[in-house]
Amino acid sequence: MPPLLEMRGITKTFPGVTALAGVTIRIDPGEIHAVVGENGAGKSTLMKILSGVYPHGSYEGTIVFDGAERTIRSIRDSERLGIIIIHQELALIPLLSIAENIFLGNERATAGVIDWRETHARTRDLLARVGLAESPRTLCGRLGMGKQQLVEIAKALAKEVRLLILDEPTSSLNETDSEALLELLLQLKARGIASILISHKLNEVARVADRITVLRDGACVRTLDCRDRTIAEDEIVRDMVGRPLTDRFPPRSATVGEPVLEVRGWTVRHPTQPDRSVVDGVDLTVRRGEVVGIAGLMGAGRTELAMSLFGRSYGRWTAGTMRIGGRPVDAATPRAAIDAGLCYVTEDRKHCGLLPDESIRRNIPLSNLEGIARFLVVDDHRELAVADGFRRRMAIKSPSVEQKTGTLSGGNQQKVVLSRALFADPRVLVLDEPTRGIDVGAKYEIYRIINDLAAAGTGILMISSEMPELLGMCDRIYVMNEGRFVGALPAAEATQEKIMHMIIARNG
Amino acid sequence: MTSVQDSRIPARPRAAAYLGFIHGHLREYSILIALVAIMAFFQVVTDGILLRPINLTNLVLQNSYIIIMALGMLLVVVSGHIDLSVGSVMGFIGALAAVLMVQFGVHFIIAGAICLLTGCLIGAAQGYWIAYFRIPSFIVTLAGMLVFKGLSLALLQGQSLGPFPEGFRLLSSGFVPDIPGVEGFNLLCLLVGAGLAAAMVVMALRGRARDRRHGTADEPVAVFALKHGLIAAAIVYLAWLMAEYRGLPNVLIVMALLIAVYSFVTGRTTIGRRIYAIGGNEKAARLSGIPTERLTFLTFVNMGFLAALAGLVFAARLNTATPKAGLGFELDVIAAVFIGGASMSGGVGTIMGAVVGAFIMGVTNNGMSILGIGIDWQQLIKGLVLLAAVIFDVTNKSRD
Ligand SMILES: Nc1ncnc2c1ncn2[C@@H]1O[C@H](COP(=O)(O)OP(=O)(O)OP(=O)(O)O)[C@@H](O)[C@H]1O
Ligand SMILES: [Mg+2]
Repeated sequence: MPPLLEMRGITKTFPGVTALAGVTIRIDPGEIHAVVGENGAGKSTLMKILSGVYPHGSYEGTIVFDGAERTIRSIRDSERLGIIIIHQELALIPLLSIAENIFLGNERATAGVIDWRETHARTRDLLARVGLAESPRTLCGRLGMGKQQLVEIAKALAKEVRLLILDEPTSSLNETDSEALLELLLQLKARGIASILISHKLNEVARVADRITVLRDGACVRTLDCRDRTIAEDEIVRDMVGRPLTDRFPPRSATVGEPVLEVRGWTVRHPTQPDRSVVDGVDLTVRRGEVVGIAGLMGAGRTELAMSLFGRSYGRWTAGTMRIGGRPVDAATPRAAIDAGLCYVTEDRKHCGLLPDESIRRNIPLSNLEGIARFLVVDDHRELAVADGFRRRMAIKSPSVEQKTGTLSGGNQQKVVLSRALFADPRVLVLDEPTRGIDVGAKYEIYRIINDLAAAGTGILMISSEMPELLGMCDRIYVMNEGRFVGALPAAEATQEKIMHMIIARNG
Repeated sequence: MTSVQDSRIPARPRAAAYLGFIHGHLREYSILIALVAIMAFFQVVTDGILLRPINLTNLVLQNSYIIIMALGMLLVVVSGHIDLSVGSVMGFIGALAAVLMVQFGVHFIIAGAICLLTGCLIGAAQGYWIAYFRIPSFIVTLAGMLVFKGLSLALLQGQSLGPFPEGFRLLSSGFVPDIPGVEGFNLLCLLVGAGLAAAMVVMALRGRARDRRHGTADEPVAVFALKHGLIAAAIVYLAWLMAEYRGLPNVLIVMALLIAVYSFVTGRTTIGRRIYAIGGNEKAARLSGIPTERLTFLTFVNMGFLAALAGLVFAARLNTATPKAGLGFELDVIAAVFIGGASMSGGVGTIMGAVVGAFIMGVTNNGMSILGIGIDWQQLIKGLVLLAAVIFDVTNKSRD
């Protein structure tokens, strides 16, 4: 069978970084081909080359599609070939309807006049094909992440897709939505549409992929074929990281002390719907050196709770008290919270965490500029020393601290945001999805950092949608559902089933 | 992927290092080079009139109020906003000053203080809605532009009002008294120029020595020497030229102090860092504990203050307040900031860039006036200069 696509000897350099060094990859017709690798391995870069984001001539190597060599100069060129990419950050326009988004730039029109009847009819077909029960008129901004992904795929199907590229499609989806998406990929495959799937969730990869290509440091390490045998996750991990990674979670010896964070009766109303309680009477305690988890489904109110504790950055606080280190704290702004010893690391590092056009060195000290200044005057050398210190301690991969954070890979961006919180020297650190979109190796490092912090006496409150992560890291887990804490389990007793049971019991 | 072990520049062939460094700082140099090129061009085509002592002095006086406002506008733009009202506010303050001093006979120091305070209040009134109610600055200040244009008309009842008391006029038309010495040549001016040049060289050398100790000096020696040598020579030369006329205008001293203070605040202090952070990503800045609302508010208060100061300078220079004063000046100020490399989306820009940008506009204006080019073509050429500068920025950025 002749291959659908071959990329040969692709080399791409950025100033100071070789992102890809002679990568060769082959995609067969109708296969699901997974591309995995650590953060910064070059996965996104490779796909941007294939889809014309980086045009022909800005890299070396050749692309053969359908038996002929192609020069792809723009996204239009790749779409004409039937190669469609769905980027990690979705590109739907929130104020347009599903139908308008699907046919954006590809309108069903005669002489410039849109035929709405046909547009809506075809949208209904496409939505049925991706299994989304929504009206074509629904505004995309109203849809959750999972449904938006499906709309993106419907949009691709509308363009006669032959090769679908998905860059970390499930990183911000919950388990049910992820499941639905993977199921859809399998259906598309049955219809002969090939796809390239980039993901850090190796269990998903192992489940749906026909073949897996592992990239490491911009080079292709190995291509594993899953059709003749099942591939163990550990095998993929070994290729990714370059050494066997026996434990997913670093060992932990907790010495738990007195409470550092005590929250009682915390209640928060929705910012625009004042009669809706998003967080309802939450009691929680975190002790010195303890790692406490909050489990729950998307929309349970976990991020809202965390943001509201952190200087009332979400909604309208109506009741509840907070003590840090035994002293009552009334933190009405993030500054007050940070000064009281509470720091928050956002789940949305792109929009709420990074200054993408500023260097690593400018990003890290932002929460504690006093720490690098003398009488309001910034000491450049202190700043450099601090930033470089974190770059080494956190193993941030970059040629220097002068690199702009917008060009770092996801894991390294996360380390920058985490460094910023650490430089403010918190007594309690709230981590919201600290390992989202991060490779196994970097996850392990972040877990290690969390453990070190706990060992040094910091109290850690960790929100995560990955149950194994909570089970592997936490001393105690709260379960949250619809704004309330519906249970608390010590780590020794917690299991995935028990947690799910607590959530469902309440949902009735 | 190679990760270099520290941030020092590894030993590379010299030429490559130079090119690499210059490429990385292209924007910084290109705008200075553009100013020098434009000055050289007009110097030639005006047969040397541009740099005649009297014209040079005039150039400074003519652009002082634009530069003063550009300092405030830079902060506003860096924090991600814009202020369209500065021209009207400046005119309004001029009118207020005239009413106070000419009609009511208030002493000029007290009247000046009242005007500056009023400027702050105007800035506060606009900044309040922008910062705390998140009304887009474009709209608030567009409204402000109309309001203050109307108010100055009302205040002056459509008439011009003047002349101002002598003491007040010294702000714009006065010169620092010379030390007695050479006749027909302002020794003080030359000495101040030379002193300033020497101070800048010493500071640059000390900064470089400190960088070397920390191993972070990345500017090649030749570039460093050339840059500071040229800047020092230019300062001394300009001081010499001005010394041949009447020496140091008072307003130049005010301007130089303001430029120094604002570059220091934006470049070296935590407040500066915070303002850049707000423009870079406001949500991230807020979650990092930066009081984004208060700082945004204060940048507008500051803008109001500087617009008021510019209004006083302008009124003192014309020696009369007219309802048309300041009309359209906001466009020159905003253009100066963008020519100087600031970004529309915030987070980017420098005080020095804005000052050089203002001078590019000023020299272009002045040179074209000397040549007798009509106001129509002047506008057109200024528009093209602005467009060219921003296109240069955008293409330069996308090449990275
Ligand atoms: N525009 C850019 N300028 C400079 N370096 C870049 C740029 N884009 C990517 N890089 C660098 O290229 C390397 C590969 O990045 P890429 O985004 O392809 O990684 P990735 O495998 O997709 O990682 P992740 O899993 O975190 O998404 C990284 O070291 C990154 O810092
Ligand atoms: Mg990526």
